[in-house]
Amino acid sequence: MSIAALREVGVDYPRGAALGPFSLEVAAGEIVALVGPSGCGKSTAMRLLAGLEPPTRGQVTRAAGRCETAVVFQAPTLAPWLSARANAALPLELAGTARSDAFRRADAALARVGLAGAEAARPAQLSGGMAMRVSLARALTTEPKLLLLDEPFAALDEITRRALADDVLRLWADIRPAIVFVTHNVEEAVYMASRVVVMTRGPGRTAGDIAVAGPLPRSPGFRTTEAFRATVETVSQALAQGMAA
Amino acid sequence: MRRLIDLLAPVALIAVLLGAWETACRALQIPSYFLAPPSAIGAALVADAPGLLKAAGYTVSNALMALLLASLLAQALALTVTLSRTLERAVQPLTVILQVTPVIAIAPLVNIWAGTDHPGRAIIALATIVAFFPIYSGAVTGLRAVDPDLMRLFDLYGANRFQRLWRLRAPSAVPFVLEGHKVAAGLAIVGAVVAEFVAGSGKVQGLAWRILDAGYRLQTARMFAALFVLGLMGAVLYALLQWAERAGLRWWRGRSGLAGGGSALKS
Repeated sequence: MSIAALREVGVDYPRGAALGPFSLEVAAGEIVALVGPSGCGKSTAMRLLAGLEPPTRGQVTRAAGRCETAVVFQAPTLAPWLSARANAALPLELAGTARSDAFRRADAALARVGLAGAEAARPAQLSGGMAMRVSLARALTTEPKLLLLDEPFAALDEITRRALADDVLRLWADIRPAIVFVTHNVEEAVYMASRVVVMTRGPGRTAGDIAVAGPLPRSPGFRTTEAFRATVETVSQALAQGMAA
Repeated sequence: MRRLIDLLAPVALIAVLLGAWETACRALQIPSYFLAPPSAIGAALVADAPGLLKAAGYTVSNALMALLLASLLAQALALTVTLSRTLERAVQPLTVILQVTPVIAIAPLVNIWAGTDHPGRAIIALATIVAFFPIYSGAVTGLRAVDPDLMRLFDLYGANRFQRLWRLRAPSAVPFVLEGHKVAAGLAIVGAVVAEFVAGSGKVQGLAWRILDAGYRLQTARMFAALFVLGLMGAVLYALLQWAERAGLRWWRGRSGLAGGGSALKS
């Protein structure tokens, strides 16, 4: 079942074309990685999937409603004046859920991302990785059908990146949302995704749609397998071709 | 040790300057109506203390009342104009004109409107006008300075106009509004004193009147004493507002690990 689809979409900004024509179909429960050169329109594609902006051309279909879609940005994007708990509860409260109920579910989401005990902390008291986890918990409180991650680990160090990637896969195993995530890191894309979509340089089109063998969620041992290395090589080649196109 | 030196340095500089001033007055035999030596100013300060305190109370209470009024008006207007860009554009020229017109120039007019029997009203009105702008401009800037990603998130979760204003814009504006109040507090004192000068009559017993009165009598030491109290009052008010700003910011963003040398939570 398709959760969201972009069909031959194009987006033009005053400074020129940003995306397209580009198509992407996301099935329920799959993890899709979007990789491509800077400025190819990955973030634009994410905004289309989220329904945050309309395409100039083409068609966007979304089976997931607004409240069933969640976005995690490159920065944690937390409200500094709210506690981790209140930040995580924000989507529920905006949708009209009673505060006590919203806080209870926020606490559960924080516990899921390993932040039990930090509910009352403010963003300024958290490390970059912890703040990113709060952002992830906020996305999970609504139990989304579609989770969009826009370079969520770009600002973090390698160890934190890997830990968070495993966390995301663990959370995926719990509630099985469809995940679309943008990354510049080919190995991260292959490690986390069931499918890697490679984009050409801007305005981005599809340069490759590569399935990753091996069941999800993956164990860290997957990084050492021959299949992993071969897929990384295939994606890298598609990326190089996309750059030249 | 470093803190002690930081604390003592300004005190030492003031002591040296006062010493030089006293010595120069005595050595050059400067007439006291022209420049009173610090010792005479000190004596005037002690002798005039009850009157000066009463005058300072009058001035500061007017300034605080003006600050309160300016705060309420500025924030209410800022919230209103945030609802519409057109409204903000319509109001902007008026607020700028109000800001760039010297308060001393509009004082006679405000005096007439307030009625010569109520100089206190004129003083509060003028000080309010002066204190209004920093709070207003801080609030408008703050209400607009919202993290665009946080705004997108509110869009995604279908927040309505009211939720956007109360749950996103207003809290985002807090640091800007606090800074605006700090600047406005000093300006409210300036506004109150300028207004006292213009509205000056027997009924206005503020510090400006003390300065004018001593000036007419060529009692320079008493003028300096009133100026000293005025400066001290401004500094104390500024320090209080700075403390309030820090406390407000601590409440706003929580006890920051950056200020406290690291937090237990950071991993």
